[in-house]
Amino acid sequence: MTLVNIKIEGVPYQVEEGLTILEAAKACGYEIPSLCAFNHGECNQGSCRVCLVEATGARGLVASCVYPVNEGMEVRISTPKATEARRRSVELLLSNHNQNCQQCDKNGKCELLHVATLTGAREGAFAGVHSDTYLDELAPGLIRDTSKCILCGRCIARCSNAHGMGILGFENRGFRTFVSPAENRGFNDSPCIQCGQCVNVCPTGALMEHSEIDKVDAALKAGKHVVIQAAPAVRAALGEEFGYPVGTPVTGKMIAAMRRLGFERVYDVNFGADLTIMEEGTELLHRLTEGGVLPMITSCSPGWINYAEYNYGDLLDHLSSCKSPHQMQGAIIKSYWAEQKGYDPKDVFVVSVMPCVAKKFERQREQMNVNGIDDVDAVITTRELARMIKRSGIIFNRLPDEDWDGDIMGDYTGAAVIFGVTGGVMEAALRTVYFKLTGSEYGRVAFEEVRGHDAGIREASIDINGTVVNVAIASGMKSAKILLDEIREGKSKYHFIEIMGCPGGCINGGGQPYVRPVFLPNEDDNILDTYKEKRAKALYSEDERQVVRQSHNNPQIAELYEKFLGEPNSHKAHELLHTTYAAREGFND
Amino acid sequence: MYKGKGVFGMVKLSASSVEKINEICDRYVDEPTPLMMILSDIQNEYGYIPLEVQELVSKKTGISVAEIYGVVTFYSFFSLTPKGKYVIGCCLGTACYVKGAQQVIDKFSEILKIKPGETSSDGLFTLDALRCIGACGIAPAVSINGTVYPKMSVDKVPAIINEYKAKEAAA
Repeated sequence: MTLVNIKIEGVPYQVEEGLTILEAAKACGYEIPSLCAFNHGECNQGSCRVCLVEATGARGLVASCVYPVNEGMEVRISTPKATEARRRSVELLLSNHNQNCQQCDKNGKCELLHVATLTGAREGAFAGVHSDTYLDELAPGLIRDTSKCILCGRCIARCSNAHGMGILGFENRGFRTFVSPAENRGFNDSPCIQCGQCVNVCPTGALMEHSEIDKVDAALKAGKHVVIQAAPAVRAALGEEFGYPVGTPVTGKMIAAMRRLGFERVYDVNFGADLTIMEEGTELLHRLTEGGVLPMITSCSPGWINYAEYNYGDLLDHLSSCKSPHQMQGAIIKSYWAEQKGYDPKDVFVVSVMPCVAKKFERQREQMNVNGIDDVDAVITTRELARMIKRSGIIFNRLPDEDWDGDIMGDYTGAAVIFGVTGGVMEAALRTVYFKLTGSEYGRVAFEEVRGHDAGIREASIDINGTVVNVAIASGMKSAKILLDEIREGKSKYHFIEIMGCPGGCINGGGQPYVRPVFLPNEDDNILDTYKEKRAKALYSEDERQVVRQSHNNPQIAELYEKFLGEPNSHKAHELLHTTYAAREGFND
Repeated sequence: MYKGKGVFGMVKLSASSVEKINEICDRYVDEPTPLMMILSDIQNEYGYIPLEVQELVSKKTGISVAEIYGVVTFYSFFSLTPKGKYVIGCCLGTACYVKGAQQVIDKFSEILKIKPGETSSDGLFTLDALRCIGACGIAPAVSINGTVYPKMSVDKVPAIINEYKAKEAAA
């Protein structure tokens, strides 16, 4: 590492060569107001001109996010010239920005509003023509509103980096430039998988989840039997919305909050996850022993399902026919649970809290209902749940820790909790498959070799009493594509593959709280590198705390099969818990 | 409700077009940044670059459709719709503009009933607004399929249009 000598505000420092002024200043204790730059240069267009500083050797002011430091450079951040220029850059952005901040769901996490406050940008400083704007509200998962776009390019970079897809791009030029899928199409009419990774990086309200809070309100107002169920990954991140350090599990307080919001029952989707393992594990055993299509691929992630239907229509036989856990649980609530309670399923309204925006799409698939009754009626994200809690006046941090409703589907196992992290579904399935093949539990319980918390491919060979099961795990479509192309070419050596849409799995889903260093002053500087691992740890620690850690040992699951479903993969189970897929054309007419 | 169509892959282009576009892409496999050259060749070959062709180029090069679409809409040389048989390029550069080029292009627009960037319904004429074409000495300049008409005026416009219409009627 070569060091160079620089001065910031007249004070000498030694910093690493090659850093940008913005990075070097951060290392020396200065947070230069900046906007478009994100995550170690994942996005570095230098386009917003907010981070302007004075630097010797440069003509005029420079954008510190792209300008590298060099030997002897003297940087001035707080001169009147630089301070005024930064303010003017923000004022120019605001002059072409839809400033309905009160109605904007990004409010409180908006980086544009943040730099506007920091720089003292004045309202209406530049009046002039606005560029044409476009609004796409038809996709179940996401909303694109270009009236709030600042053309930073973060979303474009994230879509390529996470998935190698590049659904979004810049169209036209100059003042007419906007960001959209090709042909200014809606997300529904392009091969977008609606994972929401772009929403997670958008600094403003230009890309947002398609909120369904209104639907939940309407159901509560109509006096329906409203049941809420929360996915494993939600508890690992919800606390961030209320000031808890990243990676703090807040299961007990989350349950207490949901109960106070007026839901009739508060259930854990972990029960559905255990059910998924029973069905999916059985399906895998059938395929292994009776010569079914291998490798079998998990089907819990709706972003991944969208990707498969758009791009690998010829490989859909490889997907497990299992619905995802919350859809399974919704189907059970609308049938078995409603029957036990003596309710008409039409009066039951199921809300899923998910770390995911693609789940909003999934619940509206025509395959996701049984005899005309939708499994799930509304999907809200972790962020939307936080909004509901905040507007209700509940002081989250002062809530007592409460437990899930225990009737009918209250039990869950450690195997279910880890669904929320890449490799978790695989590990949960292996615990049960091991038992089914050997008649005894896997001694160590944990299959460490399949664990991780980031994108990329992991693989392992598990010897179960002489039966070798080759498994692979991928998250993010860039990694998944490699495994899928192997299958297409007939070269895949695997029996079972887990694929999750978002890099790192559900802990990093498109519906999770935004991780923005500027709004997390108490976290480490490198929080963007560590948040996935921290959230994953929260789930693994909950798994370890569970007494029962294998899905097949969940007593209420056993009861459900005994009283209602018969056995895994039974006719009834197929009717309620399994689904079908269909190839789709990406750019449909 | 989202029902699959059961169709995937390229189905809209003829086999010969697919072959031609693949061949064009193959010309630049060794180039680090081949997109501009590929699109340029396709524009010259077909006169426009529709989305179906962009999808195929995307498949061949691994460059996303959105990025290709962005390049096509960034440069005025590329076109998303077929150009007419005669492409009328009116220079609106500074010199031409001060000499009355706006009135000239407005006259073309009025007679042909198309706006700049559009093509007449008979497919004969496309009207393009150009930035400086480097013919300031003969401003305002109009170029039709490479033939330059110097020192244009509004009065000359009807005759020029009729010249091409007559040529077409004779053919």
